[in-house]
Amino acid sequence: MLKRPYFIFTSFISLLLLTLSSSAQAEESSGGIDAVVNEMFGHATGWFVSLIFAPFPGTSFPWIVLWLVTGASIFTLYFGFLQFRGVGHSIALVKGDYSDPNDAGEVSHFQALATALSGTVGLGNIAGVAVAVSIGGPGATFWMILAGLMGMASKFTECTLGVKYRNEYKDGSVSGGPMYYISKGFKERGIPGGRFLAGLFAVFCILGALGGGNMFQANQAHAQLTQVIGNYPGWITGVVFAALVFIVIVGGIKSIARVTDKIVPFMGILYVGSAIVILIVNADKIGWAFGQIFAGAFTGLGVAGGMVGALIQGFKRAAFSNEAGVGSAAIAHSAVQTNEPVTEGFVSLLEPFIDTVVICTMTALVIIITGQLVQNPETGMYILNEAGTAIKTADGSSGVALTSAAFASAFSWFPILLAIAVILFAFSTMLSWSYYGLKAWTYLFGEGKTAELTFKTLFCVFVIIGAAANLGPVIDFSDAAIFAMAVANIIGLYFLMPIVKKELTSYQKRLKSGEIVKYKDRKKAQKA
Amino acid sequence: MSATIIVGVDGSEAGNRALAYAKRLATLIGSECKLELVCVVEWSPYTFQTPEENSHRKKQKQIETQNAQERVIDPALASLKEEGIAASGVVKFGKASSILNNIAVEHNAEQIVVARSTEQGLSARVFGSVTANLVMSANVPVTVVS
Repeated sequence: MLKRPYFIFTSFISLLLLTLSSSAQAEESSGGIDAVVNEMFGHATGWFVSLIFAPFPGTSFPWIVLWLVTGASIFTLYFGFLQFRGVGHSIALVKGDYSDPNDAGEVSHFQALATALSGTVGLGNIAGVAVAVSIGGPGATFWMILAGLMGMASKFTECTLGVKYRNEYKDGSVSGGPMYYISKGFKERGIPGGRFLAGLFAVFCILGALGGGNMFQANQAHAQLTQVIGNYPGWITGVVFAALVFIVIVGGIKSIARVTDKIVPFMGILYVGSAIVILIVNADKIGWAFGQIFAGAFTGLGVAGGMVGALIQGFKRAAFSNEAGVGSAAIAHSAVQTNEPVTEGFVSLLEPFIDTVVICTMTALVIIITGQLVQNPETGMYILNEAGTAIKTADGSSGVALTSAAFASAFSWFPILLAIAVILFAFSTMLSWSYYGLKAWTYLFGEGKTAELTFKTLFCVFVIIGAAANLGPVIDFSDAAIFAMAVANIIGLYFLMPIVKKELTSYQKRLKSGEIVKYKDRKKAQKA
Repeated sequence: MSATIIVGVDGSEAGNRALAYAKRLATLIGSECKLELVCVVEWSPYTFQTPEENSHRKKQKQIETQNAQERVIDPALASLKEEGIAASGVVKFGKASSILNNIAVEHNAEQIVVARSTEQGLSARVFGSVTANLVMSANVPVTVVS
């Protein structure tokens, strides 16, 4: 028998889909499927987007952005700027310096980090950054980097808890994430409301998986495909993607996922490599670009909303890209083999650094340096588009198309490579988020084949909707869904951060006393 | 004084040749000789995996360990016991050449016996075969059975 919340949730989703499909049938003749899906999707999700991005009264500053920044700042101060002090130790852990090779065979720190990164490095770094700099100007990059650096502390906190409170089942499988640490941690500390908050997180995580982890990916993959092979209806891309995702997550054809996961890191390296080449070729403009970034960060350089506009875009896109404070990484990192939860916290803090501080900054620099953003040569201010919502771009493109145009100005073949990279990134991110969403779904509705199949099918349906809808409504819903996860997660982190502090203090004490040493030093000591 | 010989086994025909040779050595040395059978499941901590694979990795390791134990180590130990040769066995995960050498050093072994590698293809050409790597890096004598 189906559980009550499961019934309510599936009924809600079915109703939403039914509304979309019936309207699609009614209006298909007038505007095409894509137009109808887009309009209906905007209507169905508008209230949710408005709620999450509601500004503080009398300002244009969304409360959710301040929520994330405040969280990251508090964790940074509470752990004494650990993200700067602990990087060396993080790298040593990833290299396996502290791992005993005799215990090999389970998930290493490197693998946990790589898996988490494959869920975050992707379209956020390519399309998200383009959105940030086209709306918020080059100055958004400054706030994006700052948010990335601060976000390292949030990631440390959530991933330590993810490992500490993970569920290890008798059959050897592992499940972890905010829903587990909130419910178990609150219970341990005698704080009421843990189960409610964990449930709320799980609901938001499902929406995040369907939004940022799914629709945004499908949408931008389609945008990139049309750049290369010409315009065609989005639902066709959606159906193909949905079929592939279905084959992997429902059909269990893991070979596709494995191939993707082997190629994605190389595409990432190729992407960063191409960006480095462009930056080297334009080395004389790097100083100017950073000048634009700093000047734009505090003046806006003519963008809508000025400095605040740049700040909001920078923080929004950084959070969307590195997911610090969102809680998704805690699910990915929880499978690592370690007896010290805090070690995975150390490893995870590298994630926002690689994702945002390195990769996102490179994308932004390439867009700025290649002159994609149209500037008034006399005033140095950026010129806005006709709607006045974003900076006018050289060829009128936005999102992933803008990044593509920036790279294409240096390498004509780049759009083809980027199309392949985007498709693979999108696919790999979808697979990661299908897992995060599934974990949240099974947390709410229990493990079981029917519950799992329902979520997986729903996930595939949203791939089609995401590819068919326009960028605007999809990006709004994706942002809102991802940020909603941070609401529940950061509340949980505030209550549980003393536990992390205790773990950290104990670990650092043992590290200092020599109780915890590198494997090779341990072997040397044993020999001596 | 006892002599320990490390034998790389994997259930293949090549592994069986290495085992057969080690048996002959043990018989010649006599009751002082002990064979340590090592079955290495190739595993790198630097590969890329999906979140789902990670969540089941512990379980997967248990299955792989059990399979290697039941299909490779146990039958080999049974045949050695029948012939009165002292032996023990272990299943390890990692890079075969390093693991075999580490165990040899730990046991203060006289030598390592492995069969000639049958690896082919690009990776063996670029990174070298397990046998070649072992011969080049081992701290104890290595016998490669053809």
